[in-house]
Amino acid sequence: MTPLRRDLDNRVVAGVCAGLGQRLGLDPVILRLSFVVAAAAGGFGVVLYGLAWLLVPADRAGASAPPGPPRRGSWQVAAGVGLLVLALLLLLRELGIWFSDPLVWPVVLAATGSTLIWHRSAAVRRQTTTRLRGLPRPADPITRGRVALGAALVVGAALLFLLANDAVSPARDVVLVLLAVVVALALILTPLWWRLARSLGEERSARIRTQERAELAAHLHDSVLQTLALVQRRADDPRAVAALARRQERELRAWLSGTSERTGREGVAAALEAVAGEVEEAHGTAIDVVAVGDTPLDEHGEAVVAAVREALVNAAKFAGNAPIALYAELEDGRIHAFVRDRGPGFDPAGVPADRRGLRESIVGRMERHGGRATVTTAPGSGTEVELVLDSPS
Amino acid sequence: MSEPLRIVIVDDHELFRAGVRSELDSLFDVVGEAATVERAIKLIRERGPDVVLLDVHMPGGGGLEVIRRIAELRRTASFLALSVSDDPADVIGLIRAGARGYVTKTISGSELADAIRRVHEGDAVFSPRLAGFVLDAFAGAPLPATIDPELDLLTAREREVLRYIARGYLYKEIALRLGISVKTVEAHVSAVLRKLQLSNRHELSRWAVERRLD
Repeated sequence: MTPLRRDLDNRVVAGVCAGLGQRLGLDPVILRLSFVVAAAAGGFGVVLYGLAWLLVPADRAGASAPPGPPRRGSWQVAAGVGLLVLALLLLLRELGIWFSDPLVWPVVLAATGSTLIWHRSAAVRRQTTTRLRGLPRPADPITRGRVALGAALVVGAALLFLLANDAVSPARDVVLVLLAVVVALALILTPLWWRLARSLGEERSARIRTQERAELAAHLHDSVLQTLALVQRRADDPRAVAALARRQERELRAWLSGTSERTGREGVAAALEAVAGEVEEAHGTAIDVVAVGDTPLDEHGEAVVAAVREALVNAAKFAGNAPIALYAELEDGRIHAFVRDRGPGFDPAGVPADRRGLRESIVGRMERHGGRATVTTAPGSGTEVELVLDSPS
Repeated sequence: MSEPLRIVIVDDHELFRAGVRSELDSLFDVVGEAATVERAIKLIRERGPDVVLLDVHMPGGGGLEVIRRIAELRRTASFLALSVSDDPADVIGLIRAGARGYVTKTISGSELADAIRRVHEGDAVFSPRLAGFVLDAFAGAPLPATIDPELDLLTAREREVLRYIARGYLYKEIALRLGISVKTVEAHVSAVLRKLQLSNRHELSRWAVERRLD
């Protein structure tokens, strides 16, 4: 059996009725009404409720409880409490238990104000307990304004009460002294508080900076320093050094432009970049990738990427060291890719029939997926492979 | 070309300046090098070069700052942006400020020399990636309220030329494929450059603004 808890999720005042109702299986509204009636009967209900508020620990309903109605804002709750108190007092007046105006209005105001403050501190408690890690956060200005308004209401109510009961004149001296002390304290404490708040803010941004620096250092260490070490060890192999430098450049560039973080939605463009990177690494030939637009990578797209890869490998094998250009237009499932090299070119008629690379891996693959591949070449003017796939859907 | 072109190299990496200089020395008259924005401005004012090679990223504002502060020299000197990053978003600000083209630092010596001559003759130099970026930026329909067809749209022919550039074709190869003269290809690219500099297309102004906020 669960112990009795005040249910802050579904509360009106302090959650006593809501918690009790949940425990007893009763509608809390009935309990609330009975408390109001009990309060009307000589204040007994108020005392009882206050005791329950003090003695019964508060609890968030937790996962077991059904979700309550959406939480009301503090303003609404405060206004509601104020109106409830007002209604209660007017009811009592109706019943002949006389409260004079100088008592009713200050009490209503004070109830509203203190609800504002209380509601806020409950919210803050919640925040501090859920915030396990994290940096000190400056107080929410809305919260601060709400507390200030609440305090002003309570103080105003007290003053109104004193004024209305003509108790001000003897108390004026005391009030003046108090006021002087408060002002003096404020003058002393404000700069201290201000400095504290500022240094907290500075410490926070310094911590953020340090974190960023550490992340940057870690990344550079893993990538750039590693590559530089490899470059030094393989200084006698220019091809290897060029390939290392190129790979590092590609990676660093992706990191700088933030694409590594965006790999979640990989389209054809990213796949083409990746394939170009692989071929570049394996063959040591630079490949310039230009992709316009992007389109999701489905099985047809994968086929085109594979065909592009084959074309790139061919270009890298036969075109020597001249850079290869890969250009792709991607739009709504339509893929139009060009692989161009500046190699010696060849005579298509002279390609032996057993050269499967071009015929099978490129032309055949494209045709199986409803696309086509065209090779434009002539001895001496390089080669261009054009791959077209229209949206199959 | 009786007189060799007078070149100034602005880059904060000494090794890179030395490399470019050794490649260009036999073809051009390299009249000065600068490593900072301040020195570059002073040098360009003093020497009045024909072409300025301008690094995009430099401490103190980079090439954009240089080109802005010597706007009055834009008629006599042509600017060619050099960037180690081939992200055209980096370069678009410079182009909109008045540079006539951009090449990556991995470009070969002979291609760089070609680009310098072309820029000096008032033509534009587009790398494949920049061409791809322009195609991308001009791809969607612009907002109808602000559309200026002269500036905000590419003609079919311009699109075709850009596509060939993106595919790695040289101007003379494009001319051959399209059956037009090299001069006409250059005219198309220059027209695209003008649109790139003046168009209000969102994609372009956004890049330029983001650069400025750096």
